[in-house]
Amino acid sequence: MILDGKCPTGPIEKSWDKHRFDLKLVNPANKRKYNIIMVGTGLAGGAAAASLGELGYNVQAFCYQDSPRRAHSIAAQGGINAAKNYPSDGDSILRLMYDTIKGGDFRAREADVWRLSQVSNNIIDQCVAQGVPFARDYAGYLDNRSFGGAQVSRTFYSRGLTGQQLLLGAYSALSRQIKAGTVKMYTRREMLDLVVVDGVARGITVRNMVTGEIECYAADAVCLASGGYVNVFYLSTNAKGCSVTANWSAAKKGAFFANPCYTQIHPTCIPQAGEYQSKLTLMSESLRNDGRIWVPKKKEDCGKHPSEVAEEDRDYYLERKYPSFGNLAPRDISSRSAKEACDDGRGVGPGGRGVYLDFDESIRRLSENTIRERYGNLFEMYEKITDENAYKRPMRIYPAPHYAMGGLWVDYNLMSNIPGLFVLGEANFSVHGANRLGASALMQGLSDGYFVIPYTIGGYLVTVKPGAVKTDNAEFKKSVEDVKARTNKFLGINGKKTVTEFHRELGKVMWNNVGMARSKESLTEALKVIPQIREEFWKNVKVTGSGAELNQQLENAGRVADFLEFGELLTRDALHREESCGGHFRVEHQLEDGEAKRNDADFSYVGAWEFKGNDKEPELHKEPLKFETIHLAVRSYK
Amino acid sequence: MQILTTSIGRKILMAITGQLMVLFVVVHLLGNSSIFVGADGINAYAKHLHDLGPLVWIFRLVMLSFIAIHGIYGIQLTLENNAATPQAYAVKNLSKATLSSNNMIWTGLLILLFIVYHLLQFTVRVTPDIVQGVDALGRYDVFNMVVTSFKNGGIAALYVAAMIVLFLHLNHGIQSFFQTMGWNNDKTLPVISKLGKVVAVVFLIGYSSIPVFILTGILSK
Amino acid sequence: MSDHKTMTLTLIVWRQKSANDPGKFETYTAKNITEHHSFLEMLDCVNEDLIAAGKEPIVFDHDCREGICGMCSQVINGAPHGGQERTTVCQLHMRKFKDGDTIYIEPWRAKAFPILKDLVVDRAALDTIIQAGGYTSCHTGGVPDGNAVLIPKPIAEEATDAAECIGCGACVAGCPNSAAMLFTGAKVSQLALLPQGRPEAAARVTNMVNAMKECGFGNCTNHYECQASCPKGIDVKFIARMNREYLKSLFS
Repeated sequence: MILDGKCPTGPIEKSWDKHRFDLKLVNPANKRKYNIIMVGTGLAGGAAAASLGELGYNVQAFCYQDSPRRAHSIAAQGGINAAKNYPSDGDSILRLMYDTIKGGDFRAREADVWRLSQVSNNIIDQCVAQGVPFARDYAGYLDNRSFGGAQVSRTFYSRGLTGQQLLLGAYSALSRQIKAGTVKMYTRREMLDLVVVDGVARGITVRNMVTGEIECYAADAVCLASGGYVNVFYLSTNAKGCSVTANWSAAKKGAFFANPCYTQIHPTCIPQAGEYQSKLTLMSESLRNDGRIWVPKKKEDCGKHPSEVAEEDRDYYLERKYPSFGNLAPRDISSRSAKEACDDGRGVGPGGRGVYLDFDESIRRLSENTIRERYGNLFEMYEKITDENAYKRPMRIYPAPHYAMGGLWVDYNLMSNIPGLFVLGEANFSVHGANRLGASALMQGLSDGYFVIPYTIGGYLVTVKPGAVKTDNAEFKKSVEDVKARTNKFLGINGKKTVTEFHRELGKVMWNNVGMARSKESLTEALKVIPQIREEFWKNVKVTGSGAELNQQLENAGRVADFLEFGELLTRDALHREESCGGHFRVEHQLEDGEAKRNDADFSYVGAWEFKGNDKEPELHKEPLKFETIHLAVRSYK
Repeated sequence: MQILTTSIGRKILMAITGQLMVLFVVVHLLGNSSIFVGADGINAYAKHLHDLGPLVWIFRLVMLSFIAIHGIYGIQLTLENNAATPQAYAVKNLSKATLSSNNMIWTGLLILLFIVYHLLQFTVRVTPDIVQGVDALGRYDVFNMVVTSFKNGGIAALYVAAMIVLFLHLNHGIQSFFQTMGWNNDKTLPVISKLGKVVAVVFLIGYSSIPVFILTGILSK
Repeated sequence: MSDHKTMTLTLIVWRQKSANDPGKFETYTAKNITEHHSFLEMLDCVNEDLIAAGKEPIVFDHDCREGICGMCSQVINGAPHGGQERTTVCQLHMRKFKDGDTIYIEPWRAKAFPILKDLVVDRAALDTIIQAGGYTSCHTGGVPDGNAVLIPKPIAEEATDAAECIGCGACVAGCPNSAAMLFTGAKVSQLALLPQGRPEAAARVTNMVNAMKECGFGNCTNHYECQASCPKGIDVKFIARMNREYLKSLFS
């Protein structure tokens, strides 16, 4: 099937304004008759729930944490982009769009990216009005910095806490609506099933994580803002609770999963200390603004104290390979280069899995205080974890899975192929293409939540009768029974291996075979091994306790079970995409200098997969990508 | 009147009444120090006060109301605090709280008991140790009364003990006033804390010196 | 940095099946722990052993494991988050402990934070306080340009100091009175400092202070334990500012 993204036609500059005008409006008096379910309350979900509640809709919001303030958006450090052009350094909406399309290696929709760039300016204004304390200069104006892969200063920030501050802004707006009664908040609930009635999304089934009760909720539209799936790699910078479960439950009900192979490996994480560790801590790549990345030129220098490696024996490989971008080269390039250096035996630290990020020169040029002012909290974080003082010796960093560009397929209105099911933020596939630029995730989450869904959902709701389906519908009953049956299955296996052991096993396969460098061989092998792990999981996993209580083993079992199915789809997508682009690097497809070699003739499309069960091949649906404003070009950062 | 019901409102009332009582403690100390001049000093001072007539009574009623407000809210807030902390930790590890701050309710109640005793002794004059009489000028002989009482080692010790309790209370209480009123920030807090302690020490030394001097015979008839 | 030394530790952990269960301490042994384990990774290892032995693992709240989400909440040897300056439990590393140490692990204890299971407590009361006024009542859209109102750098910085609060509740757990003054004071101060928050400052402080009481938190007696417990080092000057805002609100 050829998918239609329903993008507006005509000049790109007018596309979003024209579309907004064309969208039908819901009568203000009728809004309160519509129920909307919001799964996830991070930047996208929190902002959307608050905005929809304020418009007058009845919103029911769900999160697995104990408070909407804890969503993993909170951990984003670096900043948020906007095309304000305050520094007058040549930025514009078009340039932000261009950078985003190019950064995404020409695998995103132009119209979506234009809209994102256009509303980016509104986001900053909105957050300032909420009391988000952005960094200011001495005259009181908003301060900007340049950020990974951009040649203009368009990144707004609040120390190294931008994600936290923006999330708390959205959370405060959400809190205001909860108080006003327009949003009903359900915390410690995990979505386990999507309820589809006659082909239309009508509700969800969740597990109350405190009592263990399986509850269902009906609505006129269901929004998923449930984040990304890179915990499939076990090793990742995501929070421990991040999972693909909500998305996967929708995929199992027919929602197409688009571009799952586009995963981002973040270059500046603190290396793993031992097998027991799955959570890797990311440090903002803003560090790359003032830090220089290097490894020793000679293998025998790797064991030495970094200060004993002479300047001429250091390989500043990013500066060498990409003179104009240097240490600010995009994430995928930077990550892959680190891996290459380590594979070459020149890595530093435990297991040779690390490269140096050196601030010595910046400290000498700017003073330690300036560096402290810019990155103090990151240095503090680094010292807490490694017990090393990065003002005195270079940091050790290594790439780690960080962000999922892929996600459920959505059209321009953020609606999936299932009518009534909307997907926002990292959970959808829309704007980042094959690679996301720094400081763009926060922008997308808030754009979807504050400025897109509040308009586009109305266009859908006017077409449906409010409250048409209630939870007494047979589909809801079936959904509850299915979820209960699966819970009982987990608890009944009583095998020998823990959930974590299976997760680690899957993660190893994903990281080694489907990680930064993928080949036909490695992917084929992964496709053989993953089903074996899955099979063993369902025979040999051990889940303690009962279903009728707070049971973290049970929660994790469900998440890992879903990763074991989803991981296979991710691998299949990676195998099918016979090209390298952005975060997806196939070793068979590279230029002579090791750069990604795109295949625009055959793969300039969104690959959206229809899951048909573990025993059947998923079906691929394509949405062709057209580039009319930004012309296809080889992405070069030299 | 939300100031009477909210957490911060009642604390503000406690802070203000507490601080006004500290001012009284200052004035009272200055008045008391007239004893070092001898019988002439303190007897004259007492007569002046008595000659104020109804003003004395108004002043006493105001002070009693301060004690009442400070005490009632102190007890009420403490009971609420106890209710808010139903179960103690198995291991206690306090890093900032002090002997003073932890025992405000107890030092407060002890001071209240002391005030009752002190008033019965030197104002109502009904305790057995009291020697009543007039001096050569026909004034009430406060000097003789105080010196006689403090010659009793037990009474002198009790007064010094009470002043130590007062020190503990004010050591936390004076700086606490500034924090509760919001007249504080990260730069002033350490200074105010030190000043509060210094003032509390001055009270301790100033007040205790009277029974100590009398008991040791430095100050005598 | 030696990876070879391992530690064996005795853990005395609060176990409580549910909100209504009286709960009790249980003793466990943590083996093969290195100095690089975070405290929570150490507990993960203990849990893996417990599961293998067919026992119920210790339930504790955690999520981001990088000290920002505010989910983790344990009192370790009497100190919330373990007592290391500006550190959450998830960022506390085992190099702070010695081989053979005995460690007490307890949940946050306060009437306003009922225990749900083991080390997991219900902190909805903190959300209730924010819902009472911890926001500016701006609408989505229809706001002025971000540079329309200038904010002096020192003011923006001080507001950020207050805004660093992660809402973990350690201030309440560490307070001998279970008061939520630092948490509330931080939000009141952040919004009172910024021009965008000024118009509602008086109503905000009144409503949030009332909410604290309704939620069952205690009253501040200026011990300043909260600041010592706070993993973000939020200063008690923000409590003073809240008191000041409150006093002002009485005359507005």
